[in-house]
This record gives sequence, C-alpha cells and structure tokens, in this order.
Amino acid sequence: MSAKQSLIVVGNGMVGHSFLEKLVAAGGLDQYQVTVFGEEPRPAYDRVHLSEYFSGRSAEELSMVKEGFYQQGGLHLRLNEAVQQIDRDVKQVVTSKGQTIQYDQLVLATGSYPFVPPVPGHDRANCFVYRTIEDLEAITEGARGSKTGVVVGGGLLGLEAAKALKDLGLETHVVEFAPRLMAVQVDDGGGAMLRQKIEALGVSIHTGKNTKLITDGDGAVHQMQFADGEVLNTDLILFSAGIRPRDELAKQSALAMGERGGIVINDQCQASDPAIFAIGECALWEGKIFGLVAPGYQMAQIAVDQLTGKTDSQFRGADMSTKLKLMGVDVASIGDAHGQTKGSLSYQFIDDEKKVYKKLVVSKTKKRVLGAVLVGDADEYGNLLQMMLNDMVPPKNPAELILPQGDGAAPQGLGIAALPDTAQICSCFNVSKGDLVGAVAGGCQDIGALKAETGAGTGCGGCAQLVKQVLDNELTQLGVEVKKDICEHFPYSRQELYHLVRVGELTSFNDVIASHGQGKGCDICKPTIGSILASCWNDYILKNEHAPLQDTNDYFLGNIQKDGTYSIVPRVPGGEITPEKLIVIGEVAKDFKLYTKITGGQRIDLFGAHVNELPAIWKRLVDAGFETGHAYGKSLRTVKSCVGSTWCRYGVLDSTSMAIAVEHRYRGVRSPHKVKMAVSGCTRECAEAQSKDVGIIATEKGWNLYVAGNGGMKPRHADLFATELDDETLVKYIDRFMMFYVRTAERLQRTSVWMDNLEGGLDYLKSVIIDDSLGINQELENEMTHLVGTYQCEWKTTLESPEKLQRFSHFVNSDELDSNVVFVSEREQRRPASKEEKITLQELS
Amino acid sequence: MSQWIPVCQYSQLTNGLGVCALVNGQQVAVFCVEGELFALDNFDPFSEINVISRGITGDLKDRLVVASPIYKQHFDLRTGQCLEDDSVSLNVYPIETVDGVVQVMTAPLVKQVA
Ligand code: SRM
Ligand SMILES: Cc1cc2nc3c(=O)[nH]c(=O)nc-3n(C[C@H](O)[C@H](O)[C@H](O)COP(=O)(O)OP(=O)(O)OC[C@H]3O[C@@H](n4cnc5c(N)ncnc54)[C@H](O)[C@@H]3O)c2cc1C
Ligand code: SF4
Ligand code: FES
Repeated sequence: MSAKQSLIVVGNGMVGHSFLEKLVAAGGLDQYQVTVFGEEPRPAYDRVHLSEYFSGRSAEELSMVKEGFYQQGGLHLRLNEAVQQIDRDVKQVVTSKGQTIQYDQLVLATGSYPFVPPVPGHDRANCFVYRTIEDLEAITEGARGSKTGVVVGGGLLGLEAAKALKDLGLETHVVEFAPRLMAVQVDDGGGAMLRQKIEALGVSIHTGKNTKLITDGDGAVHQMQFADGEVLNTDLILFSAGIRPRDELAKQSALAMGERGGIVINDQCQASDPAIFAIGECALWEGKIFGLVAPGYQMAQIAVDQLTGKTDSQFRGADMSTKLKLMGVDVASIGDAHGQTKGSLSYQFIDDEKKVYKKLVVSKTKKRVLGAVLVGDADEYGNLLQMMLNDMVPPKNPAELILPQGDGAAPQGLGIAALPDTAQICSCFNVSKGDLVGAVAGGCQDIGALKAETGAGTGCGGCAQLVKQVLDNELTQLGVEVKKDICEHFPYSRQELYHLVRVGELTSFNDVIASHGQGKGCDICKPTIGSILASCWNDYILKNEHAPLQDTNDYFLGNIQKDGTYSIVPRVPGGEITPEKLIVIGEVAKDFKLYTKITGGQRIDLFGAHVNELPAIWKRLVDAGFETGHAYGKSLRTVKSCVGSTWCRYGVLDSTSMAIAVEHRYRGVRSPHKVKMAVSGCTRECAEAQSKDVGIIATEKGWNLYVAGNGGMKPRHADLFATELDDETLVKYIDRFMMFYVRTAERLQRTSVWMDNLEGGLDYLKSVIIDDSLGINQELENEMTHLVGTYQCEWKTTLESPEKLQRFSHFVNSDELDSNVVFVSEREQRRPASKEEKITLQELS
Repeated sequence: MSQWIPVCQYSQLTNGLGVCALVNGQQVAVFCVEGELFALDNFDPFSEINVISRGITGDLKDRLVVASPIYKQHFDLRTGQCLEDDSVSLNVYPIETVDGVVQVMTAPLVKQVA
C-alpha cells in the first residue's frame, strides 16, 4: 500500500483556503497529507469585505472557515508560521520556526503586499497600509488621535480606504498620481463623474499629484510635499498605491519570475518546477497578475484538478470586469473599457442632474459588445457583461443598451431568458446559468437556498442581481411548466380541465374525476375543479356536492385567521359607503367584539369571529343591505376608485360610478386567482389603477384600459391595452379579458404571469380581444353574461338554508366555543393571545 | 377507563367532509369517506389550533389523507401520520356506528412502535 503524498500549501489567504476547500471536495485528502502554513495569526478571512470590519463586522464574522474544516484528519494548519525557504533539490521547505518539512507537491498562495512608494518619510509613524485585519486595527488606533487623513492612491482600493477614514471621522483626502480616479478601470468621463460624486460626499480629491517628501507637519503630524510645490498637512497617511506579488520564495529558490515580479505559471498553474503550483495574486500568467479574487479561485480549481488527476483542465485567463459600490456610488467597468480595440466605436450617456455616466464600447461592425463603463447607475452591468462574454448581438442601435428606459418603451438589452445555459453567472465560483437552473429545478426556490447549493453570489457578490434574475425567471417558468398535471389525480393542466368541463358539460367533481381522473382527489384538484365548475355554471358553491371541494375560507365564506377564527369583509363597491351602513358595521363589530381594521382595498375587515357567530353576524349585515365581499374567494376582490369628476376639481369622468358598476358586474366571478381592479378619474391616478389586473383611467376622450398589473410579491405595472374607450366598449373588453383569463390561465396564476406566458404576450391578447383573431369574442361575452345573470350573494343564500347553517358550529355535538381561542386586549380592541399569553392566562384561572 | 361516547347521527355526516366532536373534553375530528369513518385529533400541531376537521380529504399515493387547512400538511386518516414530517403524527381514535349513531372511544389507539 502506497503512503499518502505530502502536499504543502504556503499561504492561508482567500485563494489558499479556496484551494483547500476544493481539494477536500474532490476527495484529495485520500491522496495527500496536507500541511498549510499561514503567516497571519488567524485562518483565512474575507479580504474582499475587509472594510466591513470598520462597520462592526468582527474578525470571526469575516472568517471563511466552516467549523471543523481544519480539524479533519489529514489536514494540518500551522498559523503564525511563514515558509522562508524552499530547497527544490531535496523537496523541502524551512519555516520561520526553524522546522524543515518534506513535500511531494507544493502550492504557493502567498498573495500580494501593498506597494508603498519609496518616498522619503513613508515609514514615519502613523503611516499605514490596508490589507490585513491587523492593518485595520492599527489604522483605528492611529485615527483616534487624528483629525485629518490622506489616502495615497485613487484606485479601487484607495477609494474604499477613503471611505473607511471618513467613517472613522477624519477629514479625508485622496491623493492620486494619475490625472483621474480609478485610472485602470474607467475612462476620463467616468473618472470625472466619479470625482464629482465623491467630492459631494465630502472627500477632497487631488489628482496629478506626485508626492516627493513626507516630513513634519505644520499643525498636523505630517506634511506631504508634492512635485508641483504644493503641500498637504495631515495626521495620518494610508498607502494604497497598488499591489505587488509576494514572490520572495520564488526568487530565493530560483523559480522563473516576471520582469516586474510574479511567479510565472503555465496554463496548468504550475511554476517552472512542475512539483510547484502558484495560484492567486502571487501568480503571473501570460504576463498578467490578477488582482481580483475570482481568477484566483479559478486557478485554485485548476491546481486541484491537476493534483487529483484531471489533467486536461486549463487556466485560460479571466475576465477582469468589476462592479462595486464605492462610497455608495455604483461603479462598473467591463472588458475593454477604454475602447482600445482597433476600430471600436463608443457611445456615451451623461446625465448631469442625476450624476450618471455610461459608456458602451462595441466592435466596428456593431455585432459585439466589447466593454463598458458605468458610474452612478450600474444596473446594466449584468446584462452588458453577459452580452460581452457570450458574444450576443446588440440591438441595431447599440446605444439603446445604455440609454434610460423611456415611458412604456419595451425593455431593452436581453432578458435573462435569452442567455445560453453555458453563460457564466458567478465568476467567483464558476457557476453557469445552467447550474443555477438545475439547482432551482432541484428544489432551491429561494435565493438563500440557491446560494448555499451553488456557491453563486457568496464571493465578491457582484453577480447577486443576476443570480436573482435567473431565480425569478426560473420560478416564473416553473409556475407554469414544472408539471402541467395539476396533481396525481388528473393528467391535465387547469386550462385543459376547464375545457373538458365546459365542452363535456360536466357539473360535479364526481363526474369530472370519473370521466377524466383517478382516485379520490386531494386539496389541490378539489378546489381547482370547484372553481372551474363555478366559473362555468355559477352554482351555489356550498351545494352538498360542491361543499367538500372548498378550502375552509370558501366553505365558511370568511378568511381563516391564525387562531382558527374567521374574518368578515362586506363588499363596499368602489369604496363608497353611506353613513348608515358605516354605523351598521360599527354596531355589528361592537356587539360581536370584532377587531376592526380598514383594509388596503378600501373596505372594512372585521376579525375574530368564531364559526358559530358567522351566521348571526352576516344576518345583521345582509339585513342592512350588505353582500359578501369575496375576500376569501379566488374571484373579484375590490374595485378601488378615486372620487372622480363628481367632487374632484381635476376629475374628467365619474370614476366612482364606473367603479361601482364594474364591481357589481364582476362580483362573484370565480377565476384562477384573485382579480383586482381600479378606476381613476384622471391621469393623476389616485386609485392606483396601473397596479391592478384591470385598471381604468379617465381621459378627456374616454377611458384608457390597462391590464395585467399587480402588487404583492412581484409588483408589475399594468400595460396600456386600449385608449379612449366609451363605457360600452370598455365593459366589452373587460368581459372578454376576464373570460379569456378564466378559460386559459393556470391554477393560481395572476393575470400578469398569465399574459407574460401567452405566446405573443400583450400583442396577442390585443389581437384576441380587440380584433377577435380567434373568433371567440361572442362566446366569451355570452359566458360572462351568464355569470352576471346568475350572481347570488353566497351569504344571503346560506342564511336562507337552515341545513347549511347547521355547519356553522365548532362542535357537532355541543354549542361550546373552541376553548383554545383566547383574546387579549390591545389598543382598545381584542386580538389573538400569543402562546405565552395563553399559558399565563391559564395559570391565572 | 376508556369508553365509547356517542357524538352524532351518521346521517349528519357528509361524504368527504369533517366535523369536530367534543369527546370527554377532547376535540376529535371525525370524517366520513365513502362510508368509512375516521377519528383523529382536531389539533393541528403545525399551526397549533383546532382545525383538522376543516381540512379537505382525499388520497395521495393510495393513502387516505386530510390536509390541514392552514399550512396544508397531510395526515394519514388511518394512522394519523404526517406525510411531510416523519416525526409528527396525530392520535387516532376507535370509531364505529351503532344503530345509526356514530360513537368515538375516549382514549386513542395505542400506536405500534416500530
Ligand atoms: C385584509 C388585507 C390586509 C389589510 O389589512 O389591509 C389582506 C389580507 C390578506 N391578504 Fe392581501 N390583503 C389585503 C390587500 C392586499 C393588497 C392591496 C390591494 O388589494 O390594493 C395586495 C397587493 C395587490 C395585489 O394583490 O396585486 C395584497 C396582496 C396579497 C397577496 C400577494 C398576491 C400576489 O399576486 O403576489 C396574497 C397571497 C395570495 O393571494 O396568494 C395575499 C393574501 C392575503 C390573505 C388572504 C392571506 C391569508 O391567506 O390569510 C389575507 C387575508 C386576511 C383576511 O382575513 O382578510 N394578499 N393584499 C387586505 C384586504 C383588501 C380587501 O379589502 O380585500
Ligand atoms: C480592502 C480590500 C478590498 C478588496 N476588494 C476586492 C473586491 O471587491 N473584489 C475582488 O475580486 N477582490 C478584492 N480584493 C482583492 C482580494 O482580496 C484578493 O484578490 C485576494 O485576497 C487574493 O487572494 P490570495 O489568497 O491570492 O492572497 P491573500 O488573500 O493576500 O492571501 C495570501 C496569504 O498568504 C500569506 N503568506 C504570504 N507569504 C507567506 C509565507 N511565506 N508563508 C506563509 N504565509 C504567507 C499572507 O500572509 C496571506 O495571509 C480586495 C482586497 C483588499 C485588501
Ligand atoms: S401583507 Fe402578509 S401579513 Fe399582511 S395582510 Fe397581507 S398576507 Fe397578511
Ligand atoms: S461573481 Fe463573485 S460572487 Fe459571484
């Protein structure tokens, strides 16, 4: 049996640690005995988020090490111990503690150190760098006695450091040698905009400044003297003038090195000695050092592959695009940000008011996106990066990609749906769109689960927005596609079942399951078919054959609450209510001690009724002229209105009357999901009609109709469907829209998702409803006319049936109430007692 | 001592629907599914309220079940076992009809420990 080989890793930073995680995941511990040396006093931590240390994130919270990781057998972490020498002939390393250790394979992950310009005086007290937790501790200490601070270096890290000094309460300056900020990543225009934004935050920027000498200050600790003769007095200096690879060991052991430093590696991440790998910021590949974490992680993966026998894997460079929030300012740089590619064209967009700068670089032929700079608004980062990485063809006028979206304009760029599965979404962990899609299908249906499963978004965080978009897109897809069968009892979608019920003239669940399903049904198919039967034939939903199909809300014609009681929502059409009716609601609420609240839908909700009490409550309400509000049903909820031309000085049409008419027309219509509507009397839109499934807005020339909006989990603005309609046409269109939705939507699909999933979307819907392209409009209208004509208030019908009323009792054999329902008082009304309160109340009694 | 308690007429039950019976101070959900009777705890351990009798009945993979009306977990009508969580089950009670009267035993069936 062959003994394990000895693998030594030098450096326990971000990349070194990632290497070990990947090695363990690949089963490398079966093959290697691993020893890790770290010069710092603590195991790997998240340097990328180092600045959060200043906002209170502790060293422990920054740690990247999962509990128990370094305790597993075959893995030895030796902290506070640096490797000082490599003896390649005998394959040994010598450490700062004088130990000599044998290796078969050696991995160098020594990272880099901050470059400090050799200006005389750079080593004075109260001069710092910004790389380790110890550096930050020293800066915090130094800032205590200081009033002013200077950051030398206006690059990415320098600006981050400036924010830190600002947060520490110092008057902060940034001194940059180049003529603009972030010279590497952004162009002149972007740099100028960035400068404005950062100066607005109270940081002074000095560009084009070459520091000659640091000496005793005048009223401050130091004085910086510049080549142009100017001076700057400051108490604290922080150098952030670039990084240099830590290649001392390579030099000492005569490994090949770059002219300006860096350990030369090949595509396999091997140094000039094949037993030695170099990864992360210490490595030089094709003359380049990669000062970001994602490429380092990729190198770590390559090295692991090589060491575990996957020898065909290669490092082929990495994209250096970045997106950051610097001092609260979004800054992104993609690809060839400077437009250095021959013949490239560029477009710029500058919004001086909002302080936004965007530049897009495309190829000569306008067939490819080459790069971009975004300052002040980096929302397009994900899309543009993906377009560049996947060679996607930009629109005819590429400038559209960076121009702000006009009102009602079609979304530009590419939807996430257009990306190929191979598109890399997270470069830190090399997660493709396909990987994410797979994980979502495998059950990761929220962002947390998806991150945990794939690792995407847990590195630099730059891809978070994109990961979210993929998730949303997949969930939307899944809502419709996962399985078209609604459940194990029916091999059909809701749409197909609707069709079978209507065409087959089936009128009960038993008929439907006997002719098209199997088994006894379940809590998915029963309510669905119950709803379809109601949409088709509009029978009383508590008829004996329909009652067992209803969810408890429909069964008791109220909304169940967390304590098992129900709420009562009388219909208040258009939100208009007489004082007399208000008084009735008040009296009923008072007599039955119901908690009373104005809903978000312009009506009143009464909470906390025992089932036993529902009939008596509703008797009072129905006698006073109220009807059920269907707050429980998948059906029309409210038609919100504004006061309109009757009272409002701006109103152009009578929105309240229209809202009442519409609410009366569609009340009680059972649909795949709930439906909300609103009518506004003018374009000021006080009824928020554009957030409803059906929105109606008055104009001088008639009604504008909007469809498929909603609030809720994923708010969506409604789309303008038709303009300047008269009353009759308006109602006709809504009739058709509603019935077409009822016919073809899936279970629990709001109109927005339904429309977005119709092939052809809004335009298709217009062709069906306005142009009658399917020739079904007469049918749709007839079906709606039938529903309108057969409407009944379910509570009124129920109150008329003594047999049905018997069901409204908690116990079949007692008139007692459920003793587990306990109320306490809050703000002069009652509410359900919490568990703890219940226990206390029981102890008292 | 456990004993049979009459709770209602068989004719008061509707196929597929549940009712709640007060059995010796205990809340028991009673269901009739195609002529067969079932009795389980009415207390839903997930929402911690007394609502099992208001759930929709049906079958899943050939097991007769009731779905809690609150968070929709399924319970096996015969054994009380929760389908979504192995560690949760409801008590089930002996139930029978004598001369058209439904009666439920005051003590639950003792479950077999596997
Ligand atoms: C009572 C009320 C909150 C309030 O105190 O104001 C409310 C209460 C409930 N809402 Fe709502 N929603 C209420 C207005 C809204 C609104 C605002 C509006 O209608 O203008 C919205 C956003 C607008 C929209 O729907 O587009 C809203 C979006 C939701 C959603 C998310 C829907 C979505 O498509 O994402 C749900 C969940 C669902 O339906 O699946 C929901 C579900 C619920 C349920 C049914 C949750 C439940 O199952 O218990 C709550 C019923 C409580 C009850 O007993 O009445 N409620 N809910 C409001 C009743 C309005 C009414 O008069 O009928
Ligand atoms: C403040 C700050 C913000 C940053 N923000 C971003 C960002 O937003 N996005 C991004 O992609 N990157 C960012 N970076 C860069 C990122 O942190 C580095 O790319 C990454 O840490 C490189 O990992 P590494 O393992 O190569 O080097 P390091 O993380 O530096 O790890 C090297 C380790 O090796 C140790 N070591 C060196 N020599 C020896 C030796 N001889 N013996 C033993 N141990 C040794 C060092 O002490 C160190 O602990 C940021 C860096 C800083 C400092
Ligand atoms: S927002 Fe949530 S908690 Fe509030 S009423 Fe609506 S569903 Fe209930
Ligand atoms: S790209 Fe860095 S976390 Fe995804």
